[in-house]
Amino acid sequence: MSSISHHDRQTTSLANKIQEVTGVALQNCYQCGKCAAGCPVAGDMEMPSCQVLRLLQYESPDYDRRVLESESIWLCLSCDTCHSRCPQTINTPKVMYFLREEAVRQGLAHPKSKDAQAFHKAFLGSVARHGRLHEIGMLMNYKVRTGHLFQDMTLGSKLYQKGKLELLPHGVKDKAAVKKLFKRTTGNKE
Amino acid sequence: MRIGYYPGCSLTSSAREYDESVRAVCEVLDLTLVEIPDWNCCGASSAHVASEELALSLRARNLALAEAAGLDEILAPCAACFSRLASASVELADNPQKCQAVSEVVGMPYSGGVKVLNMLAVLERFKDEIAAKTDQSFRHKVACYYGCLLVRPTKVAQFDRVEDPQSMDQIMAAAGAKPVRWSSKTECCGTGLSTITRTELVANLSGRIVADAAKREAVAIVTACPMCQTNLDMRRPEINQKLQEEHRIPVLYVTQALGLAMGIDPQRLGLHRNMVPVELPEPEPEVVTTDDDDED
Repeated sequence: MSSISHHDRQTTSLANKIQEVTGVALQNCYQCGKCAAGCPVAGDMEMPSCQVLRLLQYESPDYDRRVLESESIWLCLSCDTCHSRCPQTINTPKVMYFLREEAVRQGLAHPKSKDAQAFHKAFLGSVARHGRLHEIGMLMNYKVRTGHLFQDMTLGSKLYQKGKLELLPHGVKDKAAVKKLFKRTTGNKE
Repeated sequence: MRIGYYPGCSLTSSAREYDESVRAVCEVLDLTLVEIPDWNCCGASSAHVASEELALSLRARNLALAEAAGLDEILAPCAACFSRLASASVELADNPQKCQAVSEVVGMPYSGGVKVLNMLAVLERFKDEIAAKTDQSFRHKVACYYGCLLVRPTKVAQFDRVEDPQSMDQIMAAAGAKPVRWSSKTECCGTGLSTITRTELVANLSGRIVADAAKREAVAIVTACPMCQTNLDMRRPEINQKLQEEHRIPVLYVTQALGLAMGIDPQRLGLHRNMVPVELPEPEPEVVTTDDDDED
């Protein structure tokens, strides 16, 4: 690990961007570790939330990159336990969301994040088309995107027997309104 | 009494039994549910991955539709829908500028006055009626499981105690049940990861909750969230495999449990749709207390 001097600090550091976009001031974190103590997935992370925040506080390009390439930022459940217990009320889940988006933008997202990204795309595609989520359609789309074609196949047929899956989508009536809403907010990317 | 009703997507398919039991229980409580006309998906956790503005607008359209229908309070039984809609409601309340901006995107006026309530907040208002409509014979030990979204983030949920919530315990106690004291009430079941993309981690997190409820000798886990119900119920084979134990404790929606206590036909409560079979043992013995006894 290289030592960090003040010269390495960047004005476009992640910490700066985070403050600008989310309003969260990372310098408020004094490393009490309460967030990681209550985090249900801290044990599955290569670095828990408090370490992510600590690395970002250095505002070093190397450390910023380490955070963006980590799997940790993709494991956050947004359960908000850290945020609700933080003595400085730092909204860590919001920071994690921003870091994921930034990792995707910079092409640094951890390989294991691909499924999650595919899931969100399949989900939004369904909502853009029907105005409501059509679970089977979304799942088929997800399977095609990820190649997990046979995952949960027996579960799927059980759910169908229980009447828990709708074969046909029951969307909104005013589909034009939903399409317009998507177009105005995303430029129809989805 | 009437209230706006936002079923949300999962209540129309994978959590159909929640919708069925909500409607059955509200009928007994004489609460008329007025479905928001042409409601759309709240965007769940995916919309804001594409754009914050998209996420807010999807939620706001539902609030605007409710307002246009003259509904100032809406019930969102799904804890995730509740959280998303409530966050928009809180963000837009007393903020005419933001309301104006989002109204333009949605193509409908919204003045910011619609309040969003979760299932427990609504049932809490009917505690006396619940007690009156049940014969108090549902003396089952139940583990009331709240999960994340009913209490967190606190600014959005604005509901109950964040670390040790009580509302569901009180509602179930009003119906005669015996809620157990346990420490997994607000532990996360793992939904944030999506039950589909990271099944092994979900089994681990949900497994801790199932094992804790079983250890407290609860005969059912009671929940008010379709995501929690799905993870604890539908993912039971993975959970049991992870724990190397055979847990058969059923996972009921709070309205299914109340419905049973009210004597509603199990079929109408969608009990046949639960993956872990709902077979409750004999209720706990009735404790006869006299005026001299100090009740525990």
